[in-house]
Amino acid sequence: MKYTTLLLASAALICGAGVVEPAAAQQITGAGATFPAPVYTKWGEAAKSAIGVELNYQAIGSGGGQNQIMNRTVDFGASDAPVDAAKLASNNLVQFPMVMGAVVPIVNLPGIEADQLKLTGDVLADIYEGKITKWNDPKIEALNQGLKLPSIAIAPVYRADASGTSYVFTSYLSAVSPSWKSSVGASTSVKWPVGNGARGNDGVAGSVKQVRGGIGYVENAYASQNHLATTELKNKDGEFVKPTMESFQAAASNADWKDAKDYAVSLIDQPGKTSWPIVSATFLLLPKDAKDPAREQLVLKWVNWDYEHGDQIATQLEYVPLPAAVKDMVRATWKQQLAYK
Amino acid sequence: MSEVLAAAPASKTSPKRPKRGSGKGDAVFALIAKGSGLLVLVLLGAIIVTLFVGGLPAFREFGANFLVNTDWDPPHDIYGGAVAIYGTLITSVIALVLSVPISFGIAIFLTELAPSWLRRPVGTAVELLAAVPSIIFGMWGFAVLVPFMATYVEPPLIDNFGDLPVIGDLFSGAPFGTGIFTASIVLAIMIIPFISATMRDVFLTVPAVYKESAYGLGSTTWEVMRSIVLPYTRVSVVGGVMLGLGRALGETMAVTFVIGNANRITPSLFGPGNTIASIVALVFPESPAGSLKLSSLLALGFILFVISFIVLALSRLLLRPGVRA
Repeated sequence: MKYTTLLLASAALICGAGVVEPAAAQQITGAGATFPAPVYTKWGEAAKSAIGVELNYQAIGSGGGQNQIMNRTVDFGASDAPVDAAKLASNNLVQFPMVMGAVVPIVNLPGIEADQLKLTGDVLADIYEGKITKWNDPKIEALNQGLKLPSIAIAPVYRADASGTSYVFTSYLSAVSPSWKSSVGASTSVKWPVGNGARGNDGVAGSVKQVRGGIGYVENAYASQNHLATTELKNKDGEFVKPTMESFQAAASNADWKDAKDYAVSLIDQPGKTSWPIVSATFLLLPKDAKDPAREQLVLKWVNWDYEHGDQIATQLEYVPLPAAVKDMVRATWKQQLAYK
Repeated sequence: MSEVLAAAPASKTSPKRPKRGSGKGDAVFALIAKGSGLLVLVLLGAIIVTLFVGGLPAFREFGANFLVNTDWDPPHDIYGGAVAIYGTLITSVIALVLSVPISFGIAIFLTELAPSWLRRPVGTAVELLAAVPSIIFGMWGFAVLVPFMATYVEPPLIDNFGDLPVIGDLFSGAPFGTGIFTASIVLAIMIIPFISATMRDVFLTVPAVYKESAYGLGSTTWEVMRSIVLPYTRVSVVGGVMLGLGRALGETMAVTFVIGNANRITPSLFGPGNTIASIVALVFPESPAGSLKLSSLLALGFILFVISFIVLALSRLLLRPGVRA
């Protein structure tokens, strides 16, 4: 008798718990690039309290994001590498930009502080090709007169997973080094000649942090969050610039959005005395034939909220928000292609 | 007497034989048992067929060259399995070299040297090591072992031995902390419980009379182990080692975290690499369905299956009953 009462009581409890449900936030799922993950996470938290839309974002790399949205296993895919028009058409996807960010080189050298070391694009390419193997190589010393460079091996770290950040970085190396362009090329996943791989921007940051003599490339937010030493780079105009918000904005102001097919602008190696040479937009991919149109409208509601209220959060993390004109262009695209109201 | 016996079968009052369960229940149970056995075979067959059929485009495209090509070039759609196969084999071999002496030591300690009150706790501790999830090993390896290697072990070894003529190549490169050697250490820690448990169980089966005779004649403990216990249990010990090797070959998450994820073969112990399991874990999420990349991964999975099968078959062969030293 006692046993049956216990059973009935627990059954009643479970049913009761099921009936009294708290008003759950509406969930949207996304997967992809680690490049914008810090700002997407903050936007997700803010939007949950503001408009009740909860974001579940998995930072698995741009390649993974593209794959998942093509398989329709998530509501949206995130990629720093723009998908070409043919692939967008064959997979019935719409692509639009969310925000812009910068890729910065990070180093772990004893005695070298942030923004102390000066590098150029072709020296970076030579390091990643394995042509320069020690930190006190004459080519690096020539750029850094007066800096004591140790005679230790350079430990290059790259992205082991298919990464939009890799795409941006290798695009930059291809633009400034003909030898890199012909031997390796630019892609989300290339045949790295030397170095070790790590997963995600956070993996690269963690790897560089613990290797003596390490060098890597990460989105700017990861460098500042992990207190890693960034370097100065020589831009197209021949000036050495520090990776600051102003240099990112200077590069981003050159973007020609109107002529870009599917918003795929290139912000690599832009002119301007204060421009940072490695800046990129990051994109969202949405299906034209979504299985659940109501969820897709939720995604657009979230993105619209980010456009309207997310600029301050983005600039705090040193991402560059899109110009207002571009946001209007994007909203027009939604109305045209995704039945946005 | 014979009249009673002759009369008994015809009588209707003979006691009824009790029914030994309904025949239907037996039949159903037999069906379920046979079905389960068949299911296991079917599943195994299905896995092999899926791997082989999925990997067929890669095999057709690259042929036998797939096994020796070290090129892993996604932009140009060229995939070679040599780096992954080499990484799998070398990390497993180094893991064995590291773990077999330690397991042997643990087994001797537990059977000969430890006081009896200590045997149970230490034995349980070793078995608990086997229960730790492999991803915990991976995270521990990345968070604790890798910085330790990068700060205290690799820099002195590289600085002191890196420039020597013959063995210098083994210690060259930058002190990443991750790499083949670190992955082998993590694997060794993971397979020690299996090998030492097998060794301990099999050492305990040695008849006490052999050991006592040897002790009575004045042998030391080491002489008893070397000349009596090991030859007696040699075959089973090798079988246990093969079991550990089988686990090391397939270990995924623990290795992915610490191996450095590079598609190159380097002579250095501290160099990065890839195993079949780690390259599949890394590249699978971004392989579009039907692509040559996915097919290459499935082909690598099939090759790993073949290697594991060979290792397990060898261990079965050595552990079959009736084969003693």
